[in-house]
Amino acid sequence: MEKSGCQILIETLIEQGVTTIFGYPGGQVLHIYDELYKNKHRINHVLTAHEQGATHAADGYSRASGKVGVCLATSGPGATNLITGLATAKADSVPIVAITGNVPMELIGTDSFQEVDTLGLSIPVTKHSFRVDNVDNLAEIVREAFRIAKSGRPGPVLVDIPKNIQLDKTQYSPQGVVEKEPNTKPETALLDQALELIHKSKRPIVYCGGGVINANCSQVITQLVEKTDAYMVCSMMGLTAMDNNHSKYLGMSGMHGRFAAIKAMTECDLVIAAGVRFTDRATGNRQKFASNAKIIHLDIDSAEHGKNIDATLQVVGDLEFALSYITSKLEPRKHKEWENTVDSFKNKTKDILPTVGYLMPWEVISAVNERATPETNIATDVGQHQMWVAQYYNFKNPRTLQTSGGLGTMGYGMGAAIGATMATGNKTILFTGDGSFGMNLNELATAVSENLPLIIVILNNGRLGMIRQWQNLFFDNRFMATVLDRKTDFVKLADAFGATGLRATNKTELNEALDKAFALNSPVVLDCLIPDEESVFPMVPPNGSLENIILK
Amino acid sequence: MCTCNENSQQFAVSIIVTNQSGTLTRISSLFSQRNFNIDSFTCGETNNPQVSRMTITATGDASKKIQLLKQISKLYDVKKVELMTPENTILRELLIAKVKATGETLQTILDVANVFRSKVVDVSPGSVCIEMTGESNKLNAFLTYVAPYGILEYCRTGLVAVERGNKCLYGVE
Repeated sequence: MEKSGCQILIETLIEQGVTTIFGYPGGQVLHIYDELYKNKHRINHVLTAHEQGATHAADGYSRASGKVGVCLATSGPGATNLITGLATAKADSVPIVAITGNVPMELIGTDSFQEVDTLGLSIPVTKHSFRVDNVDNLAEIVREAFRIAKSGRPGPVLVDIPKNIQLDKTQYSPQGVVEKEPNTKPETALLDQALELIHKSKRPIVYCGGGVINANCSQVITQLVEKTDAYMVCSMMGLTAMDNNHSKYLGMSGMHGRFAAIKAMTECDLVIAAGVRFTDRATGNRQKFASNAKIIHLDIDSAEHGKNIDATLQVVGDLEFALSYITSKLEPRKHKEWENTVDSFKNKTKDILPTVGYLMPWEVISAVNERATPETNIATDVGQHQMWVAQYYNFKNPRTLQTSGGLGTMGYGMGAAIGATMATGNKTILFTGDGSFGMNLNELATAVSENLPLIIVILNNGRLGMIRQWQNLFFDNRFMATVLDRKTDFVKLADAFGATGLRATNKTELNEALDKAFALNSPVVLDCLIPDEESVFPMVPPNGSLENIILK
Repeated sequence: MCTCNENSQQFAVSIIVTNQSGTLTRISSLFSQRNFNIDSFTCGETNNPQVSRMTITATGDASKKIQLLKQISKLYDVKKVELMTPENTILRELLIAKVKATGETLQTILDVANVFRSKVVDVSPGSVCIEMTGESNKLNAFLTYVAPYGILEYCRTGLVAVERGNKCLYGVE
């Protein structure tokens, strides 16, 4: 059947199982929007307040559901506004497909209105990008974009479609959802060597990152932990890989990790690392990272091997295969002595949670935690609040955390929370700071328009807290540009956007406000006033190790 | 600008790519993203019309070189990447040099050109153009020798590289 480029685009998206796309209209996507109008009943378009919000929404949608997120923007500023979102998704290996319109091909290169080199801009921030130069290739390119986004190590893909291609006509025949490329099968000889290392180990750690979530390996990694009698430590991207209430779960290590996790990482004799990339924030000083341990590094991406850490054993390929193989062949282990040692680390950290008259950030997080279900999505922005969530929230189900781990994008949270809510239909809590929220609070309009069950919890200290913390520790209290003390009234702001605004200054108000917020099924902004001098501890200073840890 | 350090070394890499718009940018962007300086770059068609072959010489951290190659091999348009080891590779470069030549010096320059087994491609009153192929060191040696006579300008293609023996980087399907 002959169809126009826009029709083919929409048909191909639908054929690939897309039910929701996040976007913002403009001159070079008008025809695509016209097709969206005609296909309203088949595909849901969510209008965001800004294209950046659309990319973060597609990203949050994908992280929460495991599906490919889709966003749409016009040429020029529409395309440049996608860049931060694409870079965020690339850093955290999130599969999204971004569609941009562009000026007609005969105008490309003439500096025409709203023209920018979208393809060139996209290169360092995507896994791959296409410009469609012939309508005959359009459907295949869109399918290929989905295939690339979800195959191997996932990532964002951009498809740029000049206006004339949107209007050109060609034959279209629907196809099924494209399959992922089969993952490389890990070499079993190497996995046998891994088994040997595990059998020799007396103090094992399973260290798990976002790759475990991407590969849907929560169950098998839990079995591995139990059978190895290892402790589980994770990177921020791996926080939801295992039930956080499990007795073997130690939580995040790294710069703001939990003390027990950092200490166990230093003392262990074996690290079974799955889908982690050992970034500077996760390892600190690499010479001193797990210096008593042999490291088995399992990853889908061979370029991660040797990039930051030279592991004892490097195994490339499908994580599920590797983990299942090891788990099934493993003789169950018991490490009583290791358990006693780690328990002693755990006890040492119990007393670092002061409760005083003020509202402390961890009290807010715990109070939310008490009311949430295992399915509740938790989104964060970037900064102190993000680290407190990583330290104190107890996750149960995989994919319930949406956070910008690699790129550390302030302003990520609003879009991501919207995407996660729309993907799952579940209640979502966005933990944010007054700084991060200020970056993209315009998306509150989107949350209200879609009437989402979203609670935005602002841990408001009137500061850019994390940077302030560094100025406190490393710049002799020269607080430059981190003392906000803005006159923004977030309760009134919520009201102005059509959301419910609440404020809590102490524990009682917090409980009342949260009870009210959880009872509502519409957007709520809860402004929690926390002390302005709180820092995130423990902290391992940059390039430091356990010996430099600051506990309070 | 070269941001090389004491661990830097020069190396040659051959890359087979599909002909897509932006492929060159993707590859050169990766070199700069990973802090490698491209010293020379050649690209041309091959016996397989679907693909082109690039030869890139670059300088950068020796320990990060393997990482760079792995990152290149992940690019969608890249079909094959290989580090070309000097001992097992035919490496050639083309030079065209325009050297100042007066009545007294012309014969000497022509003699030197002959010793280097190069070709004289143009003679004008006052200058001579010499075309030479060979490994980079040979071209460097020639340029050093004729420098005192006055090099007016020269142009080098950068290296092309093919492995010795029957093994091919990328066969025709």
